[in-house]
Formats: sequence, C-alpha cells, structure tokens
Amino acid sequence: MKGIARGFLPSRPNRVLVLGSGPLQIGQAGEFDYSGSQALKALQQEGVFTVLINPNLATVQSGEDLADRVYSLPLTPHFVEQVIVQEQVDAILLGFGGQTALNCGLALEAQGILERHRVRVLGTPLSTIRITEDRQLFIDSLAAIGVQCARSRAVTHPEDALAAARQLGLPVILRAGFALGGQGSAMVREEAALAPAVERAFQSATQVLVEESLEGWKELEYEVVRDAEDNCVVVCTLENVDPLGIHTGESMVVAPCQTLSDHDHQLLRNLALRTIRHLGVVGECNIQFALDPRSDAYRVIEVNARLSRSSALASKATGYPLAFVAAKIALGYALPQIANAVTRSTTAFFEPALDYVVCKIPRWDFDKFEGARPQLGPEMKSVGEVMAIGRSFPEALQKALRMLEIGVDGLDPEAYPFPDPAAVEEALVRPTPRRPFALARALRDGMGVARLAELTGIDPFFLHEMERVVQLHSSLRRGELEALSAGRMRELKRAGFSDRGLGRALGAEEAVVRQRRLALGVVPGLAQIDTLAAEFPAQTHYLYLSYAAEGNDVVPLGPAARRVLVLGSGCYRIGSSVEFDWCAVQAVAAARELGLQTVLLNCNPETVSTDYDVCDNLVFDEISLETVLALQQALPFQGVIVSMGGQTPNNLALKLERAGVPVLGTTPEAIDSAENRSKFGALCDSLGIDQPRWTEVRSLEDLPRTVENLGGFPVLVRPSYVLSGAAMRVAHSDAELRDYLARATELSPEHPVVVSRFERHAREIEFDAVADQGEIVHWAICEHLEYAGVHSGDATLVLPPHGLYLDTVNRVRRIAARLAQALRVTGPFNLQLLSRHHEVKVIEANVRASRSFPFVSKVLGTNFIREATRRILGGPPGTEPGANPLELDFYAVKAPMFSFRRLAGVDPVLRVEMSSTGEGTGFGWTAEEALLKAMLSTGFRLPTRGVLLSLGPVGDKYRFTEEARELVRQGLRLYATLGTAEILHAEGLPVVAVDKEGQDSRLKDATALLRSGAVDLVINIPRDYGEAGRPDGFRIRRAAIDLDIPLLTDLRLARKVVWALGRCPPQALEARAWTDYRGRRPR
Amino acid sequence: MNLLLSDGTCLTGESFGAQREVRGEVVFSTAMTGYVEALTDPSYRGQLLVLTQPLQGNYGVPSGPFESVRIQVQGLVVSHYSPNFSHHAAVRSLGDWLRAERVPAICGVDTRALTRRLRESGTLEGALTEGRSPQALRDAEGVPMRQVAEVVTPGEVVRLEGGSGLSLLVIDTGAKENILRALHSRGATLWRAPFHHPWERLLDRVDGVVLTNGPGDPRDLAPLVERLRAGVLARGMPVFGVCLGHQLLALAAGAETYRLPYGHRSHNQPVMDQLTRRAYLTSQNHGYAVRESSLPADLEPWFVNLNDGTNEGLRHSYRPWRSVQFHPEAASGPQDTGWLFDGFLRMVGELRQA
Ligand SMILES: Nc1ncnc2c1ncn2[C@@H]1O[C@H](COP(=O)(O)OP(=O)(O)O)[C@@H](O)[C@H]1O
Ligand SMILES: Nc1ncnc2c1ncn2[C@@H]1O[C@H](COP(=O)(O)OP(=O)(O)O)[C@@H](O)[C@H]1O
Ligand SMILES: [Mg+2]
Ligand SMILES: [Mg+2]
Repeated sequence: MKGIARGFLPSRPNRVLVLGSGPLQIGQAGEFDYSGSQALKALQQEGVFTVLINPNLATVQSGEDLADRVYSLPLTPHFVEQVIVQEQVDAILLGFGGQTALNCGLALEAQGILERHRVRVLGTPLSTIRITEDRQLFIDSLAAIGVQCARSRAVTHPEDALAAARQLGLPVILRAGFALGGQGSAMVREEAALAPAVERAFQSATQVLVEESLEGWKELEYEVVRDAEDNCVVVCTLENVDPLGIHTGESMVVAPCQTLSDHDHQLLRNLALRTIRHLGVVGECNIQFALDPRSDAYRVIEVNARLSRSSALASKATGYPLAFVAAKIALGYALPQIANAVTRSTTAFFEPALDYVVCKIPRWDFDKFEGARPQLGPEMKSVGEVMAIGRSFPEALQKALRMLEIGVDGLDPEAYPFPDPAAVEEALVRPTPRRPFALARALRDGMGVARLAELTGIDPFFLHEMERVVQLHSSLRRGELEALSAGRMRELKRAGFSDRGLGRALGAEEAVVRQRRLALGVVPGLAQIDTLAAEFPAQTHYLYLSYAAEGNDVVPLGPAARRVLVLGSGCYRIGSSVEFDWCAVQAVAAARELGLQTVLLNCNPETVSTDYDVCDNLVFDEISLETVLALQQALPFQGVIVSMGGQTPNNLALKLERAGVPVLGTTPEAIDSAENRSKFGALCDSLGIDQPRWTEVRSLEDLPRTVENLGGFPVLVRPSYVLSGAAMRVAHSDAELRDYLARATELSPEHPVVVSRFERHAREIEFDAVADQGEIVHWAICEHLEYAGVHSGDATLVLPPHGLYLDTVNRVRRIAARLAQALRVTGPFNLQLLSRHHEVKVIEANVRASRSFPFVSKVLGTNFIREATRRILGGPPGTEPGANPLELDFYAVKAPMFSFRRLAGVDPVLRVEMSSTGEGTGFGWTAEEALLKAMLSTGFRLPTRGVLLSLGPVGDKYRFTEEARELVRQGLRLYATLGTAEILHAEGLPVVAVDKEGQDSRLKDATALLRSGAVDLVINIPRDYGEAGRPDGFRIRRAAIDLDIPLLTDLRLARKVVWALGRCPPQALEARAWTDYRGRRPR
Repeated sequence: MNLLLSDGTCLTGESFGAQREVRGEVVFSTAMTGYVEALTDPSYRGQLLVLTQPLQGNYGVPSGPFESVRIQVQGLVVSHYSPNFSHHAAVRSLGDWLRAERVPAICGVDTRALTRRLRESGTLEGALTEGRSPQALRDAEGVPMRQVAEVVTPGEVVRLEGGSGLSLLVIDTGAKENILRALHSRGATLWRAPFHHPWERLLDRVDGVVLTNGPGDPRDLAPLVERLRAGVLARGMPVFGVCLGHQLLALAAGAETYRLPYGHRSHNQPVMDQLTRRAYLTSQNHGYAVRESSLPADLEPWFVNLNDGTNEGLRHSYRPWRSVQFHPEAASGPQDTGWLFDGFLRMVGELRQA
C-alpha cells in the first residue's frame, strides 16, 4: 500500500439499503448471508448508516450487530418502498442478495419507486443488470464488441420456441431469462421432449433462449472485479470438471483452472475484461465461458452482474473477499485504495496466486423427496456444497467426497452397488450424484480414460488423476498395514485417503491406522492461504491441512488453555443450514468475548463462519476425528465445542472423547443418552416422563405383536442420530413397516431404530433452552401451527405460543427441567413435545443447538448461543436476559420455504421427514399479521380471485366450513373437488365443483382450472399422511407448484391463514424493524 | 533426487526430468499457468525454478511457440507432476520435453515451504543432485552467470521485415521471442542484434532502439552500458527497455541498480502508472531493480509497484526514452500492458515525421 493517496470519492451516500436474499432455497443458499454480511461490514467501516431487509432471521446478517436497522420483511416492492420512505434511504445495494435482490431491484425501478424517492443504485448500474439478465439484450451487446455467444434465439412465446428449436436443429438447450439457478432450463435432445420442455420453461419465465447445444465443451467461470476508474482484475478462475450441460452449481468444480494453457487462460481473461468493461460492471461479476476442448473456439454463456454462488466459492478458494471489495467499490473506492485483507501490506488490486488446488462438490438430497428424479442437468437441484483444499487433485477430491457426509470414505469404486456394467455406463452417460463412483468403478474395471472421456466429456486430465486414486485403492490388501512403508503411507495420504478409509480397505480400526501412521512419521502440515503463494507474509490465519505440506505455517500463540475449537456445521443440506452457521459464529464471538483464542473448523464455502475475520484461526477442512486430532497437535486447545454445528459435530462427540479430546459442555455420554432413541426412551421412562408409546426393534419376527402393543397402525419408524427425520416414515401396514425398517437400518446401522405410536391431531411444541450444569438458565417455547406429523423443520412456528394452556407450558417446563438435570446439560438443548388436551408427551431431545435458536434468540433478545457458550466455557453470564417468552406483547412467526418447483415430479406434501430448504420470519402485533408476513416472505401471495379446496378426510371437510364461508365473505370464488363441493354446497356455500383426476367429462378438470388463472390459492388436505403410493390429490398439488400457485396442505395452518387473511388486509401489514417490536407497546 | 540448498537444507523428491546434476540460484515463481513460456524464458538462464502452483504438466507441451529455442532453466522443482497431460495442442509431456532437453526436474517437494524459506533468507544457491553433502552442491554443473552471451540466439544480426515502414534495432541480451513478435506484429521492421555485436553501425538505419530482457545482474554488462550511453543515448534516439533493458537504460542514464531479496516472479504484480493513476497487472521475472533515489534529473519514475513500492518503469521528461521493469509482451501472464508497444511505436513514428 505504498504511495497511494486516498482518492476522490464521489458523493458518498448517507443511508444505504441492502437487500438480502430471503429464505434459503435451491439455487440460492447461505452464500448470500456471507456476501451480505461482508457488504455490511464494509459499509460499517466507512461509517455509512445501513438498513437491511431480509426476512431470514437464521442469517448472521440479520443480527443486531451488523446493520444499523434490520427489517424482517418480504422482499417485494410493496414493503421495500415503505422501508425506503421510513428510513430516508438515499442509496441501495442490489448485488448482495442473489437473484431475489436483483429482480426486486428491477421491479423497484420499473415501478418508478427508486426515482420517486431519489434512491441511487450503487455499484453496477441497473441498465447493465438488465442487459445481463435479458438473454437477447446480452447477446446483442456482446455482438457489438465481437465477443461470441452460442447461436440462439430469444423468444417470448412457446410457439416461437418450437420454431426456433426446429430452425437451430436438435439438440438445443432452453434457457430461461431472469431466472435463478437455471430454473426451467432444459436440454432437449429429441423432438418428443421439445413441447413439454418448452411448456415447463415458460412456467418459470417470460423469456426463453433457445440455443445450440454445446454439450461436452469445457465450462469455465471467471470472477471479475472492476472499479469505477476502470481498474479490472480476474480474482479467480474456476473449471467445471463436469462439462457444459451441467449447471455450474451442480458441477464438480476446481480452482484454479487446471487444463488451460497460458494461451487459453489469457484468451479467456482478455475476453472477460473486454466484456465486463463493455457492460460497465462496477463491483463484482461472474462470467461463464464454454471452451471447445479441441480448438480455441469459445462462447460466452452468461454474465452474472452480482455476487453469486461462485463468487462465494471464489472468495473462499482464494482468500480474496469479493463481496467486501465490491461494497467498497460501490462506495467509490478504486481497487488500489483497498487493502488486501490477508497480507494487510498489499492492496486489493491483484490476482491471487494459489499454491494449492480447491475442489467443490455439490450435495443433493434427492432421497428426501419421494418421486424425485436424480438427474443432473442445466437446472440446479443441489441443496449445498463443500469445498476441499489440497496440494493435488486427488487429495482435494477425496476430502471433498468425504465432506459430503454421504457415507463414503473417498473415491471408492465400491461405494455403490452398481448391479452390472450397463448400470455403470448408464450412470456415466446420464449423470446423477453417483457419477464420481461410477467413474471409479469403471476405472477399476478397466474402462480406459479415453473411453470414459468420450462417454462423459470429462477432461482426461481429471480422469487420469482419478485413475491414480483408484489404482492405489485397488492396491490395498487386507492385513497389509503392518508392512506399510513410510513412503507408501505418505503416498496414500497425499492421494487423499483417510485413516478410516485405509482402515476399511486394510481391515483395521481407524485408531490402529492412525497409530501406525504416526509411528511412520506421516503427519499433515497446517498450511496457510495467503493470496500470494507465500510471496508476502500473511497476517490472517486462514488454514488447511495437507499431507503434502511439511511442517506448519503458523505456531500456536500461548498455551492450549487459551484456545478452544468450535466445530461448524459442514455441508448445508435439508435440515441443516444457515441456522447452524449462525450458531457457530455466535459461539466463536462469545469465546472471543471471554478472551479465548478460537479455532473454527468447517468445510462449507457458503458460510459466514468460514470468513477468516470471524475467528482467530479458521481451518477450512473436513470435520472429522482425523482432522481434530491433527489440530490438537498443531494448534493445541483446551477442548472442543460440538453443540453448535448441528448434527455433524454432535455425532463426533463420543468418538472424540474416546480418542482423548476433551469435549466441552454436556458430556458425550449424556449426548448419547439423548440421541440414542432407545436409551432416551428408557431415560424418560425412568424419570416418569410421558412419551408416545415406543419400542426398539431388534428383530422382524415379532413385528405384529410390537404394533399391537403400540395400539396398532399407523406407527412411526425412527432411526437414531439423524437430522431432519432422515428415513423417518409413517407406516400404515405390515409391508410398509418392513420396508421402512430396512431403509432406516441401512441409514444408521450402528444405532438403534425405534417404532413409536403415531399420535394424530396432536399439537407440537418446540422448547429451546440453555442450561448450566443441569439448571435451565434461559428458555423459549414455540408452538407449531400444523399438527404433529409435519416435521418441526417444515412447520410454522409461533412465539409466544398463544394457543397453549398455561398448564401445558408449565408441564413442558417441568419436563425440560427434569431432563436437563438428568443429563446434566451445560449448553444449548432442545426438546420436541406433543400435546393433546392437557397431556404432554416428549418426542425427542437434542442436546445441542437446534434449528430454532436464531429465531428465539432474536425474538426474545437473549442470545441463547452466546449465553450457552459462556456457560460451556465456565465464563460469567453475558448481557441481561431479554424478554420472558410468555410476556411478549408482539408475535413472531417462522414459516418454511420449499423448493418443490425445482424437483419435477415430487409430491409437495408435508411429512415427518423434512423437505423445506429455508425459512422466513414475520413480526406483528397480532399472530395473524406475523403469520402473513412470514408466509409472504416465503413466496405466498394473498389470494384475490379464487380458491380451490380439496379437503380429503371427511372430518376435515366439515371442520373447514366456517373458513369456507369466510373466504366467500372476503369476496373470493370457491372451487372444490367433488366430495368437498358437495359438503360445502350442503352448507349453503356457493361453490363450483371440479374434477380431481380429470376423468369426469361433465366437470371442469381441476388442473385446467388452475391453468386458467382463476385460482390463486389451493388448499389441499391429503387424505392421510400415508405414503403408500401417493396420497390422492397429487395432480392438483403438483400443478399448483408448477404453476406457482400458493398451496396449503395442513388443515390447521390453512384455517389460521384464512382467518388471518380476513383480519389483516394488506395495508395493515406494517413495515417495522424487527428490533422495534421488542420492548415497545402497540401503537 | 534431492534439492540441496546452500544453507544446508536437503529436500528429497522424485525425478521426472533428465538425470543430470545441476547447480544454480534457486528462485520461485507464483504464476499459475505458463510453464512452457517460463522454462524457455532466457531470463531464467542458470536458475533453478520453483513453481508454487502445485499441479504442473497438466496440459503437456505444444510444438510451439516458445520464448527461445531451448529450455533455459537449469532445473525445475514442483510439488505435483502430472505425467498424463491433456490438451489439443500438446505433443508431449513436460517430463519428456525436459528429458529431451537434458534438464533435470523433481516433484514431491513442498514448494510452499521452500518458497517461504527463500522469502525469509533471500535467494539461495542450490543443486539438484543425488548427493546430500556440500561437496555435492559444488560438484553439480552450473552456468557461469557472466556468460549471458550464451543465451543470445541467433548469434548474428537478423532482419525481420515489417510493413509499417518503421524500423527498430533490438539489442538482444536474451530476448523473449514475444517481445519481437509484439513489435513485428505491430508492423515494425526489426534488426535483431546480439548485444556484443557492433550494432552501432546499424543505428543510422533505424528509428529507435529496443533493449530486451535477459538473465543476470545488469552491472555485469558494464561495457554494454557504456556503449548504450555513447551510442544511443548521446544521439537522443528513441529507446524502449524491457526488464533487463529497463535496468540497462537506467544505468546508462546514470542511475543505480540493486539486488532484490527474492525478486519478482509472477503474473500478478500490480503497478501504477504515475501519470494516469491507472493500475495494471503485470507479468514479471527479475531479481534486480532500479534504485529510484538514484535517478538523475529528468528521468522520472513512470510505474511503481503497488506491493513493495519498487520502481517499475521510467520515462524521460523530454527525451524519447521509456522503459518498464515488467513484461508488456506477457507470454506468459496478463496482456494488459501491450498498449506500451503501441505507445512506443507511435512515439517513434511521430519523431520520424518531425
Ligand atoms: N449452449 C449450451 N449448451 C450446453 N449447455 C449449456 C449451454 N448454455 C448453458 N448451458 C449449461 O446450462 C447451465 C445453466 O445455464 P445458465 O444460463 O448459466 O443458467 P443460470 O443463469 O441459472 O446460471 C450452464 O451452467 C451450462 O452448464
Ligand atoms: N409419536 C409421534 N406422533 C406424531 N408425530 C410424531 C411422533 N414422533 C415424531 N413425530 C413427528 O415427526 C417429526 C420428526 O420427529 P423427530 O423425532 O423430531 O425427528 P428429528 O430428530 O429428525 O427431528 C416431529 O417433528 C413430529 O412432527
Ligand atoms: Mg450460470
Ligand atoms: Mg425433531
């Protein structure tokens, strides 16, 4: 930073509005919490007043310490305008909240809102954004400077799309404009698939690009930063291992690019700079290229003129804080005026040099959705990703595969039992999440690299590297361990084999492998990511482990007692996402408040916790026993906190303790008594705590007796040590039960599976608390608006629990106190309970932070995680406790966000296994107001035309008549499927009957009705929570999802929504900062 | 095979190049692409090159273009070598090429740890050898660094006809081919003369002079500096210096040069144009620099390194002399400063008209 004068900054804004990305959904996940948080930090540093709108309270950015004012409101022009006026905002940032913020910005402009209130758009101008989002404008713009795009036609009518496709000739790819994560995009290879694909594409977009298919070309992404003075750098290059045709978000990706020569790289780099300068991006953007593997031919695929999933990955891969720098640029800084955050002695005007290789792999959760097709293509379906760092591709690749936590030890040819070579070939040609293992299998079975490259389009370079791993794997012999030389051990470890994986192949315990390895002197080095490949010393401790690194780049400061290790959440997946990242960030902050040095271990590039300025030592690596033991040597710590990162660290507790690593807080033994469903059941019995009747299943022989003892079907199958109800099913028959039991034991073979009585029409209660040596010190209680049977992660939660008797609340508290005592809990814990009339039964206890901790902490004003961490570390309590959950004078509701639209063919019905991908929170003076705001923030829209009712169970049909009357009173037209219509008709309600299955020619088909646009809310209550086949009404539910019509499937919630609609007209939904609700009286 | 350093360090790796024992100055480059260009860059003559990006050899070796007719480095040290390359332009593997050119190389070395050591202790002598003793280091074959003449090819004057009517004398001290390509592709007729050739005779026939890059300490070329002062500067001819050429221009104009602790060798060196305040990323490979405090009046700093503040370019306030420490011809590295060639040729053209 020598000789740089602080340059001239153009008129600096006073009050800046930042739009967040809202609830997490497929295609748009935690990465925007990271980019938004960085932007807020950058603005804060400049003393700019910041206002944030983000209804996702599970994020770090929505906390009280980053933005000056935070609104938990839907990201719609209606609410944003109110905030603009109220906060007297004079500038807005649109690039930090993903597609949601960008599209909201375009809408604000189109409605004249920005102009009306004189709000300046900082950073990349809206005119540029429009060009990059409109596929046709984009192609025209690039043509003007001679930069090539694929042959294509942008169309706005389905007929034109068909014509364009025929003119271009199949195969073609359909690409939706203004869309998120390739929503609606599809590769069309044969004529028969064309019309349906066109229809689907137009369901999510008004503009579709029909384009020649470049399947098989290399796909590369360049992350470019440009300042207003036209200084421009390419911060990171990313190479997709999966070639064009598979969305970058669905691809295995490496950084930096590995198969490009300098000639290739400079070609693309020059194109990137030329394009970005021409478009006039100010800040950060991502440009995607296709490169012909046989020549210098290239095409530009697209430019994202905003922070993106890839930019978060690039930031983590390089140590270059793209979002932070982009925010500074938006304020008028030039790159050379911004410090390099890692070296602190150089500037942000440079291109990082990497002395390692990074591998990213997405994680999919297809198993969670009945009926999902696990096919990968140009549309995003993954729910999370991991990033691994190594000194070779094999090391990074194998680490990344383990980080996914899908039960593999690396690139194992045996990972999946492909029945025959044909199945392997199928998995190669039609990619699914299993493709890496199909590759391994094919390589092992002698299908050469050349043939594989032909089948998959994957560059032979990567295949050769994989082949080396497979060869090493095949060379391992049982019983070989004792004979293993140091050289061979080193070779294996450098190729990314874990101790556990080696143990499995060699027939030895992980601990034995480890001993042998240590005896041979093979240990990993702790290396630093410093952005300049060691050319300059780094001031930050951003670290990873590699067996190719000799020695450690950093030395521990001070004794172990001064340091604590916090385990992060790992990969995001259904059931575990940004909420646990919030917890990890809070835990680290609390430890730092106590004067301790923190070490944070995580492997998820989408997180804030992996921002290196959050903790003292960030270790970006696998969350495993092997890593923790290595860290214990390299950065000795007093102990490890396992209760903040959700299920992943929690599951390590016992193993860590057995290996001699002190686990802080609640003892691993106590954790086990809660996680192990059988032990927990026994514990409750001994404490006299009521539970739904349950039994552990040891053999399949006396199943009928077991079911009889539980009171008959339906029963619930529940494996232990799982999150989000994985493999949990309601069985209605003997056959179902056997099937589900088999699946459950496959998922969690080391732990017991229990079967419980399924309680119908019960309320579900969520109890979150912090305890200190068994004494509860903070607590919160939420009520579910759905009946039990909808997984707590998919449920709508309300705080305070206005529907519970005081007596019920007291019972819950007594049960919690008894359990906390019995388990001597120190730290966070969570209980889930059922109540019916005055009975309260416990379903489960999680002796760790739960999904609802950020929600209750923010609503009550007590940071449960910071308090829990202080107790775990033996520190004094922190701030004054906030509100008592029963004395709140406002309401907060947390509603689930689903991503069913992306998962064609999946039944969007709620079950005991979780399927939501995110959450949104609403506040209000009434529960109704809070409910509607929460739902609006998750994509719900207020109905204005008509409602289609299809209420399965007869009882429900009657139970809904008052609500139906209310809908009519609200001026909505009622449509109903035949049975429902008859009952409502008998009640004297005007209702149009439609046909459910489209077979009765006398009635209008329900899906045709939906397509006609007459209906803007569908209430469909499936006949049962059964899953044998599909509960009826699937056609209606699926059509509602595909047509983006709000859908409710739980009777209790539907009733609440109807009354809320009546009592809270849109103008009554107030825009108010969420912190303003606390401690204030209603107006 | 071992990498033996003069401070006694011995790192063992696997050989993937020629079986020869060589000695040289150990330098590191943080460039992530461009091993083909780097290995043939004459500025690396006599040095053992350490690459910090661990994966090398991935895209093999093409049939050309190269930066000179042979591999120049004395030896190569990498972390992970990929024998199975993949690229449409590749004709052989990196290892095959190294063996064919009798250049030794090792992989399996932690090049990051090695780089840290070089950063901390400054550039060291080292050897690639099977031995481990100080004697082994001395026994290994080195290149006498004063004989830069060796790297200058061809050994006589070559004329490259251009179309623009401008002609330039390129005084070759170990030029990268791309400097010549950059000038020639812009239309200049080039007279490429080895620096030890009596090129003074050609000065009447050309419109300007280009001083190129090359290996070693510029002060070892004192006779050349003297000839430049008397022959070129005294006539007030347009001069453009690149890298070593920049240092030679500075010396000839009366400034000093000095040795950097571990040099600049990378693709990401940020420099700032002092006139426009614009910043550029540049490709660099040098171990010596011009001492800014020693600049004579009227020779002004043009570019400054944003990382460490060292001088990166000079311009004379009224004479047509320009020079840059970095490589505007790139190959390998970013091509963001290619406009410097345009600028120089424009200046030469204008002066000719005048
Ligand atoms: N012409 C094409 N041929 C083949 N595949 C393509 C083509 N264009 C795009 N794709 C694939 O589709 C994916 C998604 O397209 P893109 O327009 O980038 O969607 P998004 O805007 O959601 O990122 C790309 O990542 C690429 O793999
Ligand atoms: N006995 C039961 N009767 C009815 N519903 C139940 C019963 N047990 C669990 N559930 C439902 O199943 C969901 C998941 O069960 P839970 O044991 O909490 O799994 P997880 O550990 O994955 O959260 C609960 O949120 C609840 O809605
Ligand atoms: Mg894309
Ligand atoms: Mg639960």
